[in-house]
Amino acid sequence: MASSSMTTNATQKRSKLELRKYLSSPGLLFLIIVTQVPFVVAIYFSFTNWNLLRPNSKGFLGLGSMWRNYARILTNSTFYTVLWNTVVLTISVVVITFIFGLAFALLLNRPFPGRALARTLLISPFLMMPVAAAVLWKNILLDPASGLLSYYLQFFGVSRFYALEAFPMPSIIAILSWQWIPFVMLILLAGLQSLPESTIEAARIDGATGPTMFRFIVLPHLQRFIELALLLETIFILSEFGIIFVTTTGGPGIQTTNLPYQIFLEAFSRWNVGRASAYGIFAVILANIIIVLFLRVLNNNNQAEVPA
Amino acid sequence: MKQSKLAGHLLSALTLFIAFAMFFPILWMFMTSFKTEAAAISFPPKFFFAPTLENWQIAIFDSPFLRYLRNTVSITFFSTVLALLLGIPTAYAMAFYPTKRTNSSMLWIMSTRMLPPAGVIVPIYILFLQLGLLNKQMGLVILYAAMNFPLVVWMLRSFMLELPYEVIEAARLDGATLWQELRQVIIPLLIPGIAATSLLALIFTWNEFFLAVNLTSSLDAAPLSVYISTFKAAQGNLFIAKMSAAATAAVIPVLVAGWVAQKQLVSGLTMGAIK
Repeated sequence: MASSSMTTNATQKRSKLELRKYLSSPGLLFLIIVTQVPFVVAIYFSFTNWNLLRPNSKGFLGLGSMWRNYARILTNSTFYTVLWNTVVLTISVVVITFIFGLAFALLLNRPFPGRALARTLLISPFLMMPVAAAVLWKNILLDPASGLLSYYLQFFGVSRFYALEAFPMPSIIAILSWQWIPFVMLILLAGLQSLPESTIEAARIDGATGPTMFRFIVLPHLQRFIELALLLETIFILSEFGIIFVTTTGGPGIQTTNLPYQIFLEAFSRWNVGRASAYGIFAVILANIIIVLFLRVLNNNNQAEVPA
Repeated sequence: MKQSKLAGHLLSALTLFIAFAMFFPILWMFMTSFKTEAAAISFPPKFFFAPTLENWQIAIFDSPFLRYLRNTVSITFFSTVLALLLGIPTAYAMAFYPTKRTNSSMLWIMSTRMLPPAGVIVPIYILFLQLGLLNKQMGLVILYAAMNFPLVVWMLRSFMLELPYEVIEAARLDGATLWQELRQVIIPLLIPGIAATSLLALIFTWNEFFLAVNLTSSLDAAPLSVYISTFKAAQGNLFIAKMSAAATAAVIPVLVAGWVAQKQLVSGLTMGAIK
């Protein structure tokens, strides 16, 4: 494309132009240094017994016991609880946001007065700073003494209900879902709007109505949008931290501690560099599984799509 | 026919009701910020009240709020500029001088945006400690620039591919240097794309918390998200209204940016994977 119609006397110029492909180098170098170097260092740290509270303990564990941090993690039930919490949190939020996100997208995908306003209001929870959302839910909406939920529940005979204490994990799932429904909705709405009018018309002429139309025309078209939205959401929910930090601090006990929060505790309250790094490697592996799936979907799409 | 029209109206009403219900928590926070502290914690909750600006006065001007706001603004600004400075040439090379590796490079760039920050927080903390970047705005500027770099490259590359190629080619045939071509042809045509990308970068940077809370703590460097998170512990019962004022002030810029950039939001959230 770049050199499609060069004049013949421009061989020299062309080779100079070819050098322009190296314009990407500074950016790529920067990205490698900032994102890959720390990862390599994390791998090294995970083989040390370094604890910042014990400045002398800075050493490599030695070839014989280099896997000690990993072994300690894998033989401790905390890891499995944390992993389970992470999976429960992520899958719950993804399922809930998918159901509501799809429903809201379908509702928004028809013209009516006030549609732009509805859309604007609906995307707002996603734009909200997560820690501000967490503070709002914890102190204003869910507060047992003065919160709205507690107030309305007293009509059902429940007094001073504190959701974050009674149901910590479901509460966090609810807050996160409130924030992420708009995300799924937006992407699925974009998918619905990219469905050509002519396809729907043709199906209608063939006698397709409501449910059949949805099952055989809309859903297959939406598939790649659904895959991209849910995988992307999964990647970000796996890294959720702020809302847990503000609402439950991982508790009670470790009931709401997910992998990022566990890493935070190992690193910045126990100052255990070695073990926190090893935990970090698990987080990276987990994320990479999803990233690979995401890129595969994306790549298939790019190849399937005929450029307009 | 009549029945389906009624059903249509009901669906529209339902949609508006749901939209309002989803927005209600934010509206409630906004309303609470104008209540007196007594009204803010009154049981039953007060839907009608005499508004006061006192909380805003105290929460914004008689508190460290503005110091944190200044940190957030400068961190956001400089990290976005840095991401653009590094990202525009990368996007340009990827768009106009593709090689065999361009496709895989683009995918790799995107994958870096998805790495869990928790996985590398320890080495970053230690490296920052040794480089003197801990508790410095510069530290977050570098990390956020890297965080937004994939967004910039993916968005601007797709904008560049949509530019009228004849114009760029004409400039090249006229012997325009790279700098002239960028300065006089590409950047001017790309202004709307750069604006949309910057707004999206603003949203992500402004709201980021994990890196901020672990790498900064002082008034000189920590952004607003760190300040807002300190409201997690109830500081007596007389702070709900002021907290609402501070939280409202902290989220308004991003709400506005998101509303303005609505059209680009989807492509921004999926790094341009979906237009």
